[in-house]
Amino acid sequence: MELVLAVAIGILAASGVWLLLRPRTFQVIIGLTLISYAVNLFIFSIGGLRTGADPVLHDAAGDIAQYADPLPQALVLTAIVIGFATTALFLVVLLTSRGLTGNDHVDGEDGTP
Amino acid sequence: MSNHLIIAPIITPLLVAALQLLVGEKRRRTVLALSIGSCVALVLLAAALVWAVSADGALAAVYRIGDWPARFGIVLVADRLSALMVLLTGVLALALLPYALGRWQHRGGHFQPLLQFLLMGLNGAFLTGDLFNLFVFFEVLLAASYGLALHGSGARRVSAGLHYIAVNLTASMLFLLGASLIFGVTGTLNMAALAELIPHVPGRTRALLHAGAAILGVAFLIKTAMWPLGFWLPRTYAASAPAVAAVFALMTKVGIYVLLRLGLLLFGDGAGPASSHFGSGWMLWGGVATVVAGTLGMLGARDLGKLAGYNVVISSGTLLGAIGLQQPAVTAGALAYLVVSTLAIAAFFLLAGLLASDGDDDSDDTLSLEPYEQQGETAANESLYAKEDESRVVISAPIAMLGLSFSVCAVLLAGLPPLSGFLAKFALLAPMLDGGTRTGAGVLFTLIIVAGFCTVIALCRAGIQIFWVEPERIFPKVRLTETASIAILLCLCLLLTVYVEVPLGYLRDTAAQIHAPASYIRAVLSAAEAAP
Repeated sequence: MELVLAVAIGILAASGVWLLLRPRTFQVIIGLTLISYAVNLFIFSIGGLRTGADPVLHDAAGDIAQYADPLPQALVLTAIVIGFATTALFLVVLLTSRGLTGNDHVDGEDGTP
Repeated sequence: MSNHLIIAPIITPLLVAALQLLVGEKRRRTVLALSIGSCVALVLLAAALVWAVSADGALAAVYRIGDWPARFGIVLVADRLSALMVLLTGVLALALLPYALGRWQHRGGHFQPLLQFLLMGLNGAFLTGDLFNLFVFFEVLLAASYGLALHGSGARRVSAGLHYIAVNLTASMLFLLGASLIFGVTGTLNMAALAELIPHVPGRTRALLHAGAAILGVAFLIKTAMWPLGFWLPRTYAASAPAVAAVFALMTKVGIYVLLRLGLLLFGDGAGPASSHFGSGWMLWGGVATVVAGTLGMLGARDLGKLAGYNVVISSGTLLGAIGLQQPAVTAGALAYLVVSTLAIAAFFLLAGLLASDGDDDSDDTLSLEPYEQQGETAANESLYAKEDESRVVISAPIAMLGLSFSVCAVLLAGLPPLSGFLAKFALLAPMLDGGTRTGAGVLFTLIIVAGFCTVIALCRAGIQIFWVEPERIFPKVRLTETASIAILLCLCLLLTVYVEVPLGYLRDTAAQIHAPASYIRAVLSAAEAAP
C-alpha cells in the first residue's frame, strides 16, 4: 500500500509541476490543483497507513499502537479547505485576467503573434 | 497580567472586519470609525504586551486555547520578539489610516475589512507557537493580501496579482510539505516541543527532519523574496495601490520573523552537534545574493514603484544575511534595521503613490524615470541649466513638503547619518567587524555599504528628475490626510533617532532572549504541566 501511495503522490506532483510551468493559465491552475492533491495525500500518509484502525480511544486500556493518528487527518482537512478556497480565488483572478487582456497567457500577452 | 491580552490582537481585527462587512460599504463613516478604533486598540494592546513581556525576569507569556496542555493543544506565545512585531504592525496600520481615508479606497470593494483581516493574519503569525497554526494564519494574511493586491483592478494589477497568487500558492504547498515532514519525524507541531525533541532525533530520521525544515525554509524564503525566489516582488508591489504596498512592506518581514524564530529555536546552539546552525549558511549567502540582485534592480528601475520594491528586496537580503550570521549583537542590530526600514519603505511607497497620481482618483499611473542613456542625461542637464537664468522659481508648499519627505526617505533608506537609518545600520554593521567568526561577514558588510551607496545614487537621480528637472511637471493636489501618513511615519523614524537608547536596549534584550531559547521552551512546556 505504501508503494502505491508513494507512486501516486510522485506522479501527481510531477504532473503538477510540469503543468505549473506551462504558459496557459488553465494549465497553471490544474497544475496547482494536482500539486495540492499530492500534498494532501502526503500529509495523510505521514501518520502511517493502517486499515480499519480507530482514530478515537474507546477505553483507557486501549493500545495506542492500534489506533490511527487523528492529527494528520485534522491537518489534511484544514489544508483541503484552505486549498479549495484559494483555488477558487485564483480561478476568479484567472477569469478577470482573461477578460482584461483578451488571452489566457500567464503574462497577459501572447508570445506567438 | 491577564492572559487574554495575548489573543486580543488577533480577535480584535477579526471582530472589526466581520462588523464592517455586516455594516456594509455604504456606511463609510461607521466603517472608518471601526477601523480607527481597531487600529488604536491594536497599538494599545501591543504596547501593553511589550510592557508585560519586558518586565524584569519575565518569561514568554503563554495562552493555551481551550486550556489544553501545550503538547496537545494550540498555544499562542508572546515573547519580546512577538510583542515587538505586533507593535510594529499596529503602529504601521494606524499610521496608514489617514492615507486610507482618501477617495481611492472606493475604487475597489472592501478595502477596510481586508486590511483588518490582513492585520489579524499578521498578528496571528507573530503570536502563534505552533507550526500548523502558523500555516493557517499565513493563509489568512495571504488571502487578505490577494484581495488587497488586486484592489482597484486594472490589467497591470491583475496580471501582477496572477503571478503573486500562483507563486504564493506554490509556497503554501511547500509549507505544508515541510510541516508534515517535521510532524512525521517528531510527532509534534508545537515549536517549543520540537525544539526540545530535535537534539534527540535518531540519526536515521535526522536527514528527513532536515529535509522537512529545508522545504519549510524555502516556503518562507519565497515570502521574503530571497534571490532567486523573489522575482515576483517588485512587480507586484509596484502594481498594487500605494497604501497596500506600504502594508506589504511589513509582509516580507513575516518571513524574516519566522526564519529568525525557527532558525534560532529549532536549530540554535541547543540543537545538538548534528543540527545546530542548520541552514544558516544558506541564509547568509542567500542574503548576500539578494542584496546584489536588489541593488542591481534598483539601479535599473524605471519607475518609482519598482524602485521602492527593490528597496524591499535589499532590506530583505540585508536581514537574511544578518540572521544567517547567528550572533546576538548582529541580530539586535538587524531588528533595529527591520523596524526602521519597514517604516521608511512604507513612507516611500506612499510618497511614490502621491507623486505618481495626477490628482485624478482613477489613474493608475506610475512615475517613470528616464533611462541612464546619454540623450536622456543631456536633455535633463540642458533643462536643468536652462532654468538657472530664469527668475526665482517659486516653490509651493506641497512640493516643498513632498521634496522634504523624499529626501528624508532617501536618507533613511540609504542609512546616511544623522537619522535613525544610520543608527540602525551602524548597530547592524558594527558587531560584524569585531566577532567576524563567519567567513561571509566581511562580504555581507561590504555589500551592505555598497548597497547603501547605490541607494543614494538611485534616489538622488529619481529626486533630481522629479523635483528639479521639470518645473512644469504638474504635481498632484496633495490632501492633508495623505501627507499626514507620510509625516507620521517619518516623524516616528525621527523620534527613533532621538530616543534611540530605549528601543535599542529592548532589542538587545530581545536578541539575547531568542538566542537563548531555553526560557521560551520552559515557559511553553511548563504551562503544559501546570494544566489540570
